[in-house]
Amino acid sequence: MKSTVAARPATNYRFTAFISRSLVHLVLALFALACVVPLIMIVSASLSTENGISQYGYTLLPVEFSTLAYEFILRDPTQILHAYGVSLTVTAVGTLAGLTVTAMLGYALSRRTFDARRPLSFYVFFTLLFNGGLIPFYLFMVLTLSMKNSLLALIMPLMVNGWNVLILRTSFSQLPEELLDAARMDGSSELGIFFRIVVPISTPVLATVALFMMLGYWNDWWLSLLFIDKPELYSVQYLLYNIQASLQAIQSDPRVLQALGGIELPAQTARMAMAVLAVGPIAFVYLFLQRYLVRGITIGSIK
Amino acid sequence: MAMVTHTRRNTPSQPGKKTFVHRTRAYWARNGPFWIMAAPGLLLIFIFAYAPLPGIAIAFKNYRFNLGIWGSEWTGFTNFGYLFATKLTGRVLFNTLFMNALFIITGTTAGLILALLMNEVHHTVRARFYQSAMFFPSFISAVIISYFVLALLTTDTGMVNHLLVQAGQQPVPWYSSPEYWPVILVLINLWKSAGFGSILYLAGMVGINPEYYEAAKLDGASKLNQVLYITLPLISPVIVIMTLLAIGRIFYADFGLFYVVTRNTPQLYPSTDVIDTFVYRSLKQLGDVGMAAAAGFAQSIIGFVLVLLTNMIVRRIDPDKALF
Repeated sequence: MKSTVAARPATNYRFTAFISRSLVHLVLALFALACVVPLIMIVSASLSTENGISQYGYTLLPVEFSTLAYEFILRDPTQILHAYGVSLTVTAVGTLAGLTVTAMLGYALSRRTFDARRPLSFYVFFTLLFNGGLIPFYLFMVLTLSMKNSLLALIMPLMVNGWNVLILRTSFSQLPEELLDAARMDGSSELGIFFRIVVPISTPVLATVALFMMLGYWNDWWLSLLFIDKPELYSVQYLLYNIQASLQAIQSDPRVLQALGGIELPAQTARMAMAVLAVGPIAFVYLFLQRYLVRGITIGSIK
Repeated sequence: MAMVTHTRRNTPSQPGKKTFVHRTRAYWARNGPFWIMAAPGLLLIFIFAYAPLPGIAIAFKNYRFNLGIWGSEWTGFTNFGYLFATKLTGRVLFNTLFMNALFIITGTTAGLILALLMNEVHHTVRARFYQSAMFFPSFISAVIISYFVLALLTTDTGMVNHLLVQAGQQPVPWYSSPEYWPVILVLINLWKSAGFGSILYLAGMVGINPEYYEAAKLDGASKLNQVLYITLPLISPVIVIMTLLAIGRIFYADFGLFYVVTRNTPQLYPSTDVIDTFVYRSLKQLGDVGMAAAAGFAQSIIGFVLVLLTNMIVRRIDPDKALF
């Protein structure tokens, strides 16, 4: 059978095969490049001089190298440090608390001995199909829960997400029942079984869900847009969202102009440097943990 | 609780109650720990997903901040009347459906092409390299994307205009030219989600039995014919299902893309104002809460019905792929 294939050595065929294989790699490489080029662009913009950008526009490599933008931002770093503090707090607290609550709910719903698991699964699932829309949610948060300008408004609504509950439920329901029964025989409580057996053997899926929650919290600007007015509660993303306005405010502040001593304010480069500082942690996490992220995409799609 | 059950157990003259008590105790012994573990999650879901629902009433009221939700006067379907009377509604509805339709068509095509190409890469290291780069944009927030787009499209210093000028063309004021934005948004959407979207198709292709391809090669079928007559037909259920699920969400727009990436530029509204941005602006800027709630409620209901409908069709095609 193999010989029939090999017996057709037409160079023509081999040549087209080579061409088509090269084309495949060319297209993929170009798309892969296009996916990371914008990042390179803002990094190089943040390392350019303001003048270089005004003259040559945004380029892939800094035309006139300068670290002035970072110096400018870090001259008075209180605002960005504050924003980092808010983002880190929200991300850490939200992910830790959210993962615990989500996993416990997912575990309860995965147990066949839990009589209410079907109606409760529907109760969770229904939130994925229907929601009251923005206005009822907004008014409830602001009027009933008084969460305007509260960090809780950035943490609590994202803690339990129906998809995550369902992903963990599916994963927990595939655990070998004998293992859990053995622990029950030894007199462990359900909570003890969960924390001492289920959590340790489920670290891969828990890590994946935790990563997605972390990214969700770190990248969130939507809840800030709705509920945060006070600059001291700005997260990194929301600070970045507002930076245009605040740079203009700085620009018109005579004290700042005096401090700059006649140098032009690095408005464009400083903005891009801020973006680099905001995307940095994501790129870092992505480089090291993308295995889990890619697995997460597949888990999510298989439900 | 324990006290009550104890005393009742000591009254043997009430056999009916005794079994009830026994049953309750047995129920709690079996289910109690699970209820306790589930409670925090159930409570959070209740607070943030169910408790706001009665607020839908605002859509049927003349909402005044000083009167509150329940003090405001009922006006029946008046808000919906206003909604359909404004000229904005037609534009917003068109933009939402048109842009989402474009996203579905281009996204599916690009995802398929990427998956077909990835399926030809047998070199593991290279495949992993491509995928790492392709998935990266999925983890970037809309705010950061808006900075990327700004660096590309700012009128004076943007990269695209500089390239245009170098090529002897006139620079384009992108942020005040709505006619270009359907294309721009399609490209951004592809950049952001095509890599991510390709993975499902690729998973389907990897699962195809290699014997089909070997038989086809023996018959001298070209690569293109193998794709057309083996790969595509075999993964068509996945394509159909993904498309149906996307259609189920066609009334929901990506707020980040249409509001943050466009920098909420009023000159761009003719092609970028969608239901979600319209509702948000009505709430935060125009202050017409009743009409915004009506628009949001209509979106929720139509969206809900569409999801149910598409799911029903999906279940006919492949019960495993249905959401429920």
